[in-house]
Amino acid sequence: MTTTAPPPTAPPPHKAKTVTRPGDRIFSGLSRGSGIFVLVIMGAIALFLTIRAVSAISKDHANFFTTFEWNAALTPPQFGIAVLAYGTIVSAVIAMAIAVPIAVGIALFITHYAPRRLGDVIAYVIDLLAAVPSIIYGLWGALFLVPHLQGLNLWLNHYLGWTVIFHKSDPNSTPRSLFTVGILLAIMILPIITNVSREVIRQVPKMHEEAALALGATRWEVIRMSVLPFARSGIISASMLGLGRALGETMAVATVLSADSTLSAHLLDPGGGTFSQNIVAKFGEATNFGRDALIASGLVLFVITLLVNGAARLIIARRKEYSGANA
Amino acid sequence: MTNTAVDATASAARPASPRLATRRLPRWTPAAVAGGSIVVAVAIGAGADLHSHIQWGLIALLLFVGGSYAITARVEGRRQAKDRVATSLIWSAFILAVLPLYSLIETTIKQGAGVINGTFLTHSMKNVLTIEPGGGIYHAIIGTIEQVAIAAAIATPIGILTAVYLVEYGRGWLAKVVTFFVDVMTGIPSIVAGLFILSLWFILLDKAPQSGFAGSLALAILMTPIVVRSTEEMLKLVPNELREASFALGVPKWRTITKVVVPTAIGGITTGVMLALARIAGESAPVALLIYGAQYINNNPFKGPQESLPYYIYQQYVDGNPASYARAWGAALVLIAFVMILNLVARLIARWKAPQHSGR
Repeated sequence: MTTTAPPPTAPPPHKAKTVTRPGDRIFSGLSRGSGIFVLVIMGAIALFLTIRAVSAISKDHANFFTTFEWNAALTPPQFGIAVLAYGTIVSAVIAMAIAVPIAVGIALFITHYAPRRLGDVIAYVIDLLAAVPSIIYGLWGALFLVPHLQGLNLWLNHYLGWTVIFHKSDPNSTPRSLFTVGILLAIMILPIITNVSREVIRQVPKMHEEAALALGATRWEVIRMSVLPFARSGIISASMLGLGRALGETMAVATVLSADSTLSAHLLDPGGGTFSQNIVAKFGEATNFGRDALIASGLVLFVITLLVNGAARLIIARRKEYSGANA
Repeated sequence: MTNTAVDATASAARPASPRLATRRLPRWTPAAVAGGSIVVAVAIGAGADLHSHIQWGLIALLLFVGGSYAITARVEGRRQAKDRVATSLIWSAFILAVLPLYSLIETTIKQGAGVINGTFLTHSMKNVLTIEPGGGIYHAIIGTIEQVAIAAAIATPIGILTAVYLVEYGRGWLAKVVTFFVDVMTGIPSIVAGLFILSLWFILLDKAPQSGFAGSLALAILMTPIVVRSTEEMLKLVPNELREASFALGVPKWRTITKVVVPTAIGGITTGVMLALARIAGESAPVALLIYGAQYINNNPFKGPQESLPYYIYQQYVDGNPASYARAWGAALVLIAFVMILNLVARLIARWKAPQHSGR
């Protein structure tokens, strides 16, 4: 018995390797390929837009960044993005100024103030707000909100007109202004800021809050001392995601704003424009060259939103301690 | 001796020691203050002859915040008063958010309900002058359904496979880069997706696109990252034990994924795909650049101009006369109903397919 074959030794290492089945290789290749495909699409967006934009800007007989007018149909063509950049940024900033405090308030309401069941209902309502298509916001904004904001406009002009920004040059003009656009955009970006902030606020360790409560803090002091400091970076990135949305919003601006190529500090005066609004408004009658010019302005918008979103995502990623099931 | 000393300190301390419970306002105080401020606001509003009821509401709100601060500060102290103010501000934030949603849905239903009838749903705009009532959205519904279906057929497999890669295979820098760019892609303005497809057509085919298919490609770009994100979340929820059990039985990895992991998460994945569908069905900006908004019925998404429901609304708005506004509201109501039903069904699926809690 002892002379029989030596006990089976471990097989040579190269045979111990797990067998890669063709199915495995195909499937992992497919899924990795899709991942790479997403990257390729992003690269292609940047590349193709740049190609068309460069060809358009090289034929521009005015400074692309400082010119107010958009006359791509002229010979020689003259167009610039100064008004569009100003309008885009100003309307987005107004939207942020209104939406961020309200959104954080709602997030706190859902997590800390409302009874649990009411909180769930409100979270659902906020999701509905996010689901409404932007063109319907645009229609509502233009046909309902604009007439209803005239009173507020006159009031602001009357009491705050001395601040220049709330000065209304012609009190009878309809408020199809950057200010109205900002209010509408605020409503539209409210859901995303609320949802992301809510997620972050939910992650505040219960211990912190209970410690503050045990020290006799009121509910507001708990929020100010333990919730907000913990959630601050998350709220900042949530706001930046909202900013990205506001910068790129098209239809709601195109319907509400009465656009022209003036750059005015009076927010209540109609006029101005934004990148995406200009693209939709000018697209219909544009020649192929005019469309290239619009692509050029779209590229600027793309780069701006890319920077804003990228920064927001980096902030989120830096503090990513989500407890995923597989973490 | 010690007794008297204790007594002495106790009696000396008693007058100085504060009561353990500070004075509290009764529970009905906020309601009383609210009622009072509404009455005063109505009095002021009626007295000063303010027409806008919004102003009445604002006055009432200011009175309420100020009044409850003053009363609470007097009775309970400044810290409690600040707490009350914060509470009322947070409540008003909530009301401020609900008002527009309510107004939007109310306006759309009120304006749109009268327009919708059999003719509106089954006819196109062919041979209908914009200034006269009549015409319908049949061509737009056909266009939207076809474009969204094609976009979903492209974006769903790519999105799910990318999510599978990120969760099941993704290690190292490539996975990190893909995750980052999927996130960034979520934030691409929809109009940029449209411009990209436009430049693609210019560069590859040297002409402007004029088909529903071009529109659906742009929609697919917008849909893919949403599908990736939601699928990823769902796959992460699948317990590792399931995978390990499957591996232990000698099942290859790809079979494990297709037969165990994905079926477990299929409810959530379906929900995510439907929410993404609802999202792109309402997109008008990219479509506006690509499909050329036909007025007639075109069933072929690959050839010739098509219409889409959101773009139809925009066109009718731009036409700017009572008849076209009415059509715009009607189409808006149909679109909102379509999107909301998709949302609702998606949520029902999520609830129905939700993994049952085992007693572990």
